[in-house]
Amino acid sequence: MMEIIPLGDSVLIVRMRERFDDAPEQTLDTVLRAFQQLQNAAIPGVIELAPAYTSVAVFFDPISIAKGAEMPEKVFDWLATRIRRALAGVAHPCRTARTRWRKVEIPVCYDPEFAPDIADVARRAAISPSEVIRLHSGAEYRVACIGFVPGFPFLAGLPKELATPRRDVPRKQILPGSVGIGGAQTGIYPLRSPGGWNLIGRTPLRLFDSKKNPPALLRAGERVRFRKISRDEFESFKR
Amino acid sequence: MSVIAERAGFLTSIQDLGRTGFREFGVSLGGVLDPFGLRVANLLLGNAEGAAGLEVTLGGLQLRFEDERVVAWCGGEFDVRIGSRALPAGHTGLVRAGEKLKIGAPKVGCRSWLSISGGIYVEPVLASRSTDLRAGFGGYQGRALCDGDILPLGVWPGSPTPATGISSWTAPHDWVSPAKPKPILRFTRGVDWNRFNASALQRLTSEAFTVSSDSDRMGVRLEGPELKRVDESDLISEAVGPGTIQVPPSGKPILLLGDCQTIGGYPKMAHVITVDLGVAAQLRAGDRVRFSEVSLADAYRLLLERERQLELFRVGLSLHTS
Repeated sequence: MMEIIPLGDSVLIVRMRERFDDAPEQTLDTVLRAFQQLQNAAIPGVIELAPAYTSVAVFFDPISIAKGAEMPEKVFDWLATRIRRALAGVAHPCRTARTRWRKVEIPVCYDPEFAPDIADVARRAAISPSEVIRLHSGAEYRVACIGFVPGFPFLAGLPKELATPRRDVPRKQILPGSVGIGGAQTGIYPLRSPGGWNLIGRTPLRLFDSKKNPPALLRAGERVRFRKISRDEFESFKR
Repeated sequence: MSVIAERAGFLTSIQDLGRTGFREFGVSLGGVLDPFGLRVANLLLGNAEGAAGLEVTLGGLQLRFEDERVVAWCGGEFDVRIGSRALPAGHTGLVRAGEKLKIGAPKVGCRSWLSISGGIYVEPVLASRSTDLRAGFGGYQGRALCDGDILPLGVWPGSPTPATGISSWTAPHDWVSPAKPKPILRFTRGVDWNRFNASALQRLTSEAFTVSSDSDRMGVRLEGPELKRVDESDLISEAVGPGTIQVPPSGKPILLLGDCQTIGGYPKMAHVITVDLGVAAQLRAGDRVRFSEVSLADAYRLLLERERQLELFRVGLSLHTS
């Protein structure tokens, strides 16, 4: 059940469930509802909120909260009480309307040049690379969390056969748009960064753009499908 | 008007108090690694507390000013000079048009925060002027400064102090010079405290750790006694923040700093308290650091007491200058 845990003196975590994988859809719905309700509650002193898998992180300013709390050492209790109040009933989905999440289609080119690890993924699953592509682009995913680097979506819903452990030696540099598999998740590298996921394709879309608001293409909760595109389509997207 | 970075130094970047409001998109807080230090430096100049300044790592910076400005800095034990005059931490100094300011290598600590009257006036990106070095946006073209960069400065509302030479008075020593030869960082227990074995818990508070050379603005990597877990089960990724001490399977703890990523899957053993983040920001390769536990209530008492002192200082400053 819901737990509120301090993460030092300026952050706390509202953990809605202990586990994620046994019920990803329900867990995400609960966490995102909590995220939404906390945003709506606009509790004074709360700076920002961020959902991730089973929890919502609350970043706050203890100094401004201390002005509302009776005793300085009660900052955490004061905030936890307000959070509990804001979240009353959140764990009961029947009481609130289901949010309809945006569905986003992401074109992916699985050209061998963009898929240096597709053979490893295929070998592990004892299937062909084209079967990997068929499975990967046939499933519906959900953004469980955005993090690691700005705009990186962690997508739940990878067909079980495709689950592949991270590479033993991470790559020093992965190009933006690279689509990878890390354990039971798939994701997309938005920026040039190091990384250990198995690369199987690349999207021409921009996942993060600091000049836009919101800066990320995706947000937690949204549904994602990959659409296989040819190399020519990939190049024309880029132009 | 602007200031020219004739020599950019080892690693100098534009930073303010950080970027908030975009964490759900994976955007880190960033900003100066010692927000309190930048606030004090800005306060001394009459700048807004969150005005952007320069974070200077290990020195080597040389600036040339196009117009007259007042400057102040906080941080490690650096040799800072306006022309040939030494400018100690926490004092204000006048820099005339055409004059140079140099920041040499530190004796103790590794970072300093330089504020310039008017602030550094680059265009904010996602509501902050901080440079996100990892993601490559904000600040000056999303990168650390290079030799020859020209930084725009803001309009200065006016001096809170008589702007002649170098001021004789200063802010409290602990605020402006947080670097310590034998640093001790105070922490509160982390959510995964009980996942560690008894000897790990004891070692965290009884032994010293050495700062590794692969530390950066994301985190301080520590060598020393291995911190082993009782429970090796995988954890679900959740938020981490500046001050979090996480322990990867190697058993070598990482103390996260301002540029840390937004989520992490390693166990969170402890959290360094906010008032000690300025000390943590001064740790450099080879330094020995110790940890001591405090209660969350004490963390708040310490933080609020410091803020009360800052409020008094702010009032004192306004009386001083009126």
